[in-house]
Amino acid sequence: MAQFLFGRALQSLLLLWLVSMIGFAVLHLTPGGPLSQFALVPGMTQARLAEIAHEMGLDRSLPVQYWEWASRLLTGDWGRSYRDQSPVLDVIGSHLFATLELMATAILIAVLLGVWIGVMGAVRRYSFADMLATVGAMVALSIPTFWFGLVVIYIFSVRLQWLPAGNMYTVGDGSLLDFLHHLIAPALVLALVEVAVWSRYMRASMIDVINQDYIRTARAKGLPEKRVLIRHALRNALLPMITLAGLELPTLLGGALVTETVFTWPGMGRLFLDSLGYRDYPVVMGILMVSALLVLLGNLLADILCAVADPRIRLD
Amino acid sequence: MTATAADPTVETARRTGNRGWRRFRRHRLAMIGVACILLLVLACVAGPWLLPFDDLRIDMRARFAPPLTGWHLFGTDPLGRDLCARLLMAGRISLSVAFAAMVISTIVGSAVGVVAGYYGRAVGAVLMRLVDAMLCFPAVFLLLTLAALLKPDPITITLIIAATSWMEVARVVESQIRTLRERDFTLAAEMMGASDARIMVDELLRNAIGPIVVAATLTVARAILMEAYISFLGYGIQPPTASWGNMLNNAQQYLTSAPWLALVPGIAITLAVTSFNFIGDGLRDALDARLES
Repeated sequence: MAQFLFGRALQSLLLLWLVSMIGFAVLHLTPGGPLSQFALVPGMTQARLAEIAHEMGLDRSLPVQYWEWASRLLTGDWGRSYRDQSPVLDVIGSHLFATLELMATAILIAVLLGVWIGVMGAVRRYSFADMLATVGAMVALSIPTFWFGLVVIYIFSVRLQWLPAGNMYTVGDGSLLDFLHHLIAPALVLALVEVAVWSRYMRASMIDVINQDYIRTARAKGLPEKRVLIRHALRNALLPMITLAGLELPTLLGGALVTETVFTWPGMGRLFLDSLGYRDYPVVMGILMVSALLVLLGNLLADILCAVADPRIRLD
Repeated sequence: MTATAADPTVETARRTGNRGWRRFRRHRLAMIGVACILLLVLACVAGPWLLPFDDLRIDMRARFAPPLTGWHLFGTDPLGRDLCARLLMAGRISLSVAFAAMVISTIVGSAVGVVAGYYGRAVGAVLMRLVDAMLCFPAVFLLLTLAALLKPDPITITLIIAATSWMEVARVVESQIRTLRERDFTLAAEMMGASDARIMVDELLRNAIGPIVVAATLTVARAILMEAYISFLGYGIQPPTASWGNMLNNAQQYLTSAPWLALVPGIAITLAVTSFNFIGDGLRDALDARLES
């Protein structure tokens, strides 16, 4: 177990290093590099630009620059926002929580609905409902998230007026109920794709397990079908889903960005787009790195959970 | 040695091909997908000539006409431009961008996958870890950053979509190559002194063509979605050139007064993406060798 954990952590560190290289490369893709922002200032001269470049260390070789950038990153100095000079990590931190709330709710919906649909599909394979779920999942995977958001707003906010069309709270109202009322639509929209993915994987995993010998044994012992399905099959079929949760994180984060835009949810995705609009590269880079870090950590956590939950993994 | 019809290997190959094709034709949803795509492509290519409207002609008297007003099949936009004409012109751009991005990312992904799978060890490990690292970034974030940094014209957009979607192909190809590499025919070619390049192309890639085709089809679906996302958010294809994504760009503010502006392009995107996904699904069922046994 200790060896497994060590190996896995080492692998994550290696990936983190690669991720930072890609991040650095993207930053330096800017025509003119991080300097381009200063070139826009009125009255900027070539001499002054060279001075700034020297102050920022941009006149040094790329490996040296990478080293400086990466070591500052590690010590928590992620630069300052061009917009208001506040530290990048603070800016991101103040928006991260809203995104995590949205993602957590979406995951909860996706897990509950996805597992239920998947199990029903596996138990009643090739029934009408199963076929419908199969086709439905494929369509759900193909709908652009932002467009589905627009459709939901049109139906539930414009037409039926059941749900607010955006934001996190009504002005002047900060109650939990109000928050939940605002959360329903974006969480459902974000969950749609995940429900589709989860139900597909759950169905496949459940079918896999149902065909195992120990399920036949459990049935032969005369256990009630419900008990066989829930205690024996579901528990084992859920194991690969832990890994899936980790693998789905990038999709979920990308979906959150789009959903937040449509529903004006004040999270990291909105911040990202605003920062892109202002060409606020330090914040853009920061969010890019934070999201990759989240994905890395999520996958590491999923692997560890999987090893804890599945005794078979410990053996190899 | 020339391959004649009597050559047993050729015969088998042809028969498997036929069987795959027959299985694909029996996949009803995939066939519906093929029909939809053919129709969409035909409409986008020929449609603009048949319509009495130009996609860029502004007609302020005909602003916000709802669908089926006169010859405006899908209505008009805030500038009075015919939505149907715009949709078809946008389809040309969106489908071409997606298709070109698929071709590039399939070539890059296959090349990386075959090199990583064939050489294995250090080369394979480095390349595949690079793939893993690229996949750590949510695709939309990476796409938007690149699109904001570079000049957003259709060619750049195609290139950055390709740059963020070759990894899936590489993973599929690499795992295929790793098993094919141990097969007898590869070892035989090796022993006959075939060059590395020849083995990679003639023996390995040709036998991995099934999974590559499936991955490529799914990549088109993904590329259509990605173009729609970044154009919707304003960093993709720039107006006045229409794309399915940027047609939805301003649709949200007219959701109450002119909902068709949002509905029509969204349905086109969903239709195209669903079709490609179903085709990919059908191809996977048809080409999957494991179903043979």
